[in-house]
Amino acid sequence: MKLNYRIAVFALAIVFGLFFSFPSLLQTESGKKVTLGLDLQGGLHMLLGVKTDEATKSRIKSIAASIKNFSDRKDILIDDLTFDDSSVSFSVLDIDDVKTIEEYLKSLEGVKLVIDGENVSLALTEEEILKTKKQAVDQAIETIRNRLDQFGLAEPVVARQGDEKILVQLAGIKTQEEEQRARELISRAAKLELMAVDEERAARVYNMSDADAAAYGDVILEDSKNPQIKYLVHEIPILDGGMLTNATVGFDQNNRPVINFTLNAEGAEIFGDFTGRSVGKRLAIVLDGKVYSAPNINERIGGGSGQISGDYTVVEAKDLAIALRSGALLAPIYLMEKRSVGPSLGADSIKASMVALIGGFVLVILFMMLYYRMAGVIANIALIANLFIILAVMSLFGATLTLPGMAGIVLTVGMAVDANVIISERIRELIYEGRSIHKAIEEGYSNAMRAILDANITTLIAAVVLYAYGTGAIKGFAITISIGILASMLTAILGTHGIYQMLENKIQKSNNNRFWFGIKG
Amino acid sequence: MEFFKYTRTFNFMGKSKIALLISIVLVLGSYVLLATKGLNYGVDFAGGTIVQVKYDTDAPIDAMRDKLKGNPIFEGASITEFGSPDEVVIRMKTTTGDVTVDVGDVTREALKGTGNYEIRRVDIVGPKVGSELKEKGIMSLVLAILGILIYVAFRFEWRFAVASIIALVHDVSIALGAITLVGLDVNLDVLAALLTILGYSLNDTIIVFDRIREGVSQSKKTDLEEIINESVTRTLARTTLTSLTTFFVVFTLFMFGGEIIHAFAFTLLVGVVVGTYSSIFVASPVLLWFGFDVKNYRNKLAQKAKREAEKAKMRAQFESGVM
Repeated sequence: MKLNYRIAVFALAIVFGLFFSFPSLLQTESGKKVTLGLDLQGGLHMLLGVKTDEATKSRIKSIAASIKNFSDRKDILIDDLTFDDSSVSFSVLDIDDVKTIEEYLKSLEGVKLVIDGENVSLALTEEEILKTKKQAVDQAIETIRNRLDQFGLAEPVVARQGDEKILVQLAGIKTQEEEQRARELISRAAKLELMAVDEERAARVYNMSDADAAAYGDVILEDSKNPQIKYLVHEIPILDGGMLTNATVGFDQNNRPVINFTLNAEGAEIFGDFTGRSVGKRLAIVLDGKVYSAPNINERIGGGSGQISGDYTVVEAKDLAIALRSGALLAPIYLMEKRSVGPSLGADSIKASMVALIGGFVLVILFMMLYYRMAGVIANIALIANLFIILAVMSLFGATLTLPGMAGIVLTVGMAVDANVIISERIRELIYEGRSIHKAIEEGYSNAMRAILDANITTLIAAVVLYAYGTGAIKGFAITISIGILASMLTAILGTHGIYQMLENKIQKSNNNRFWFGIKG
Repeated sequence: MEFFKYTRTFNFMGKSKIALLISIVLVLGSYVLLATKGLNYGVDFAGGTIVQVKYDTDAPIDAMRDKLKGNPIFEGASITEFGSPDEVVIRMKTTTGDVTVDVGDVTREALKGTGNYEIRRVDIVGPKVGSELKEKGIMSLVLAILGILIYVAFRFEWRFAVASIIALVHDVSIALGAITLVGLDVNLDVLAALLTILGYSLNDTIIVFDRIREGVSQSKKTDLEEIINESVTRTLARTTLTSLTTFFVVFTLFMFGGEIIHAFAFTLLVGVVVGTYSSIFVASPVLLWFGFDVKNYRNKLAQKAKREAEKAKMRAQFESGVM
């Protein structure tokens, strides 16, 4: 028995493997553990697209609203304020006021202004449209992240993918109801608008078409509880949820949940001015295009706070408050890809792949022992160490173990012994040629090394490509395969070499090649 | 225990004509299958929806079909058993973009009244994502092959690289043919299996090539055919053993890994068998047919060694001169 650096490194690797794989194996409280992929623990994976065109539309709409606010405040009379997908136009009644309006419009960023006498029109510039679209995606990511953080799931993943896609991964969703809630929370636009009811024409709302309403600069909106009830409101809102500072769940006098919201200073001022001007008229509180309530304005309302009452449960009210607080989605999102796995299926998959792993493992170990005797046992030690090291490295880096990842580990078991098969065959050959044990071992390793390296590197190339181009679960396969290959270089090549060097004299003395290498002589 | 002894050399290359015939038949057969029956793309690549439903009794497939009838969203939907009689998979080509109410939810509602069931999995892949995944999939296969080609050409010689790529294309073609034959859904996992076959089959080929390379530079023989026979024979034990151990684990994966991993395991199973065969009977004969010249290669090696020796000598002189 003699110690050498190889055996020392191998021993260290085993200690490393055991130490860092323990938290995952025994599921201890502390320590870094392997994360199970959504396909194994159950969960929701979604790829969401952002309808960025809608963002430019709403940008235009809010410019129109700000023009209306400005002209109201400055007592400038404007007419024919209309807007389409990318431009706003209106005319100023008193031509002397054009200058004031022009100055204001010039302070807006990213617009092209065309003034022709009393007719004014403005459109977004190309860069502004791109910027708005990009912002819409950024804002959607931010908003969804905020909402999910408050939802109370452990470690939600919200990430940008490509230019206009958002990846959302929610592990640990246990029930259908929970998934439904999460999806509603994510996709809710949560666009709050305070809109003025067009009292002059409100009585005719049931006889109007959308086009009729548009001709007056109005829209027809449905009641949130009863779609039969309709309201005619001015299309350009008084203010929107962007001026909201807080939203909380409260209860009204009948002990039904309501949402109390507070506006920022600017919003409070606009709100105060408007209510002051509109006593006796109605104010529609509109959320996502539905009217939640339309109370009469009895007096000027200062302080900038309001209430949304609706027919919802406490849980719904809570989710709605979260959505309002985290801000509206500038652009609606849509589903591009969804993968949802129930926890019971995940558990079944773990069970099945464990059976395969253990079954394959036992077969390989028995076969190696039978065929190579002690050389097989040595290879098996390396194989077991390899498994622990894979688990340890994955735990350390917090890598995700997916079902294809499990398959990767199973496959590694089959392929990791390959190195030892090559080495053992070489050693056998050299013993047959009459070399001493020492020579046979050293030459066997050096001869086998080239082939093993070349073979492993090519497999690694395939694994790296798989990692770069694969998605989700498939990446997990590439990870386990890669770690397995790298670990096998340490265990199957360096580790077993160390063991042979340690036992060399013993093998030489025993002169029993059948026992050590499974061959005659 | 020993399967093969090195006392005599098997004449593998003598059988290469028969092997060529078998390979051509298999590869052409695969292409005919691919052209006529075609690959059955699953939702990952074609887009569509999969809903996996588990009942607490045998799944009432007829009742389910009745329930799904009438709704245009389920047009052309197929219901098939999945692993066991109480579990089924509903496949449809339609997808929806609504985040809050998707096809899975519609299915859940539609199936009401068919018994006690649990929706265990919903996969929705929109058409855009599907075609993106397909593009990426093809790219990954091409890139992997290219990367390997470059590496082998760099480590061996261009003929070795081309021979190993021919073997790879051979393996992947036959695996694809087998997938088409049994009508498996081609999803991302099958692509992963195909890439693994690339790695595995190449692994085998390289071990053999390494021996041939060694034989070319060390053997007393000058006939390439004999060198190849000798090398293949010498690696035969290893090839068989590793194929066996890999086959063991892939087979257990196939048998016990569960329905979800079935297609993956099947593809690998075919790949392990074909990959082993091709490293002996496809890659090596191609070397022969490409006219790999042993003497020429030895000359090159000798020249290279001479150059290196001269360089070393110069360096030694230079160093001693400086010192």
